[in-house]
Amino acid sequence: MTSAIAQLAASLRARRNSALDLARQALARAREHAALNATITVDEGAALAAAERADLTLAGGDTPALCGIPLVHKDIFCTNGMRTTCGSRMLEGFVPPYDATVVERLAGAGAVTLGKANMDEFAMGSSNENSFFGPALNPWDLTRVPGGSSGGSAAAVAAGIVPFATGTDTGGSIRQPAAFCGITGLKPTYGRVSRWGMVAFASSLDCGGVLARGAEDCAHVLAAIAGHDPRDATSMDRPVDDYVGVLSTSLKGIRIGVAREYFGGGVEEGVGTTVRAALAELEKLGALLVDIALPHADLAIPAYYVIAPAEASSNLSRYDGVRYGHRCSAPQSLEDLYMRSRAEGFGAEVKRRILVGTYALSAGYFDAYYLRAQRVRRLIANDFTEAFRQVDLIAGPTAPTVAFKLGEKANDPLAMYAADVNTVAVNLAGLPAISIPAGFSEGMPVGLQLIAPAFAEARLLAAAHQFQQHTDWHLHVPGGAA
Amino acid sequence: MSIDNATVRHIARLARLAIGDGELPALASELGRVLELAGHLASADIAGVEPMAHPHAQALVWRDDAVTEGDRADALLALAPETRGGFYLVPKVIE
Repeated sequence: MTSAIAQLAASLRARRNSALDLARQALARAREHAALNATITVDEGAALAAAERADLTLAGGDTPALCGIPLVHKDIFCTNGMRTTCGSRMLEGFVPPYDATVVERLAGAGAVTLGKANMDEFAMGSSNENSFFGPALNPWDLTRVPGGSSGGSAAAVAAGIVPFATGTDTGGSIRQPAAFCGITGLKPTYGRVSRWGMVAFASSLDCGGVLARGAEDCAHVLAAIAGHDPRDATSMDRPVDDYVGVLSTSLKGIRIGVAREYFGGGVEEGVGTTVRAALAELEKLGALLVDIALPHADLAIPAYYVIAPAEASSNLSRYDGVRYGHRCSAPQSLEDLYMRSRAEGFGAEVKRRILVGTYALSAGYFDAYYLRAQRVRRLIANDFTEAFRQVDLIAGPTAPTVAFKLGEKANDPLAMYAADVNTVAVNLAGLPAISIPAGFSEGMPVGLQLIAPAFAEARLLAAAHQFQQHTDWHLHVPGGAA
Repeated sequence: MSIDNATVRHIARLARLAIGDGELPALASELGRVLELAGHLASADIAGVEPMAHPHAQALVWRDDAVTEGDRADALLALAPETRGGFYLVPKVIE
């Protein structure tokens, strides 16, 4: 058994542990690892109360797998009565009056929320350095970033504080931190997981998902959070597969496309070598490697950095200092109230993206930027459709480098954007993808990304799980192996 | 793509972001670089390609025109920086 969740669930059912024990242990580890700055809010009282309820449910027998399992939510998911900051000064004191669907479903399954994980402000960033609450750190090397934007979620799982965490992925924000921290990160198909109560960044790209040690853990969590939600008009009304049941499916005969574009110039040699070794392992397990082309891959970053900021500039117009969120002091007029509340509430990267998006949507530039980016988006999506005529999955490095040093790219937005080169296309096309630990380079974890056709999460999870049945990279933890 | 300070000021006004004069040159240069990146899109052959606004070609979902939320005015107003008598307060707009 390789699943942290399955092990804990078994120990709860065998009465070797209570949910209260697990919650207390997790809270103790959160304190022990306070230097990681992985969380923005920890609510001990709420966690212990939820654990007590889980113990009552467990005593009744026949409980869902996640009952009594501790987690942290990325601080982008609204939690009723628990502040939800989105990593921003704008929402520093925001206490939502309702739960996000993801939060509601996990609570309904009996999972125990410890608190809220650190993140880049409004999920904009690839290093967690854009958090108003300071960067989370990489448990493998405290001088390096954990990735972003779900950096706190990844750090909390990698450090062993919790067996899983929620995250969101708009351009790689689950997969890249999972790769940087040596854990597994699943971004489901757009529309598979409800966005209700998830603070919006770019609504046609945003996707809730999970970070955990292994694919089996991800399968348990996806089973709990996937499915139609009438409150999110983009959530898809189609059956949810048996993600756990299919994990034993063999890799024999599975065709895995290897796109040369994902091994381009920006990919560090150590990362490329590690990922190629992982591909060889997949081949050994019976998969067939097929060379494929994704001809528009180099346009994914330009298209993404027009579309995502355009949607962000529209979404973030709701922060006006009137109904909730930060308000400047002594506004002289309504205009002054808007302008200063927003200037004070948003950090540098968020402002930059709002400005880029506003420009791309403004009169005279709309066709040249936004509309053109949307046309290129279709070309990128068509590349995947073509490729999936020949193959079942596509593989490559999740990120071109291992976790970089804090401050290394903080002053160069374009260098930071390049960290997303292999992940953003998946969001533009709305596909599911997973990052799994594939080995190490320079002592830091390397992630292998697998991409599947829309709604083929089961295939993705089974392939990842089969790889993890035959490798132990996902079991390595900071400060010592397995 | 070069962006001048006046353009940044205009865009910031559209986005309702107060920007100090001292911030303009750096922002102009950063925006210019991002737009230069976006300029790569010009290399794509997009003739006859339909814009893609959303991952799934799905019809808009209709719902019944019915109230689904109860009266939560107090809970929602409690989030606001300033309210009075069930209203959000803003600086005077009409003299």
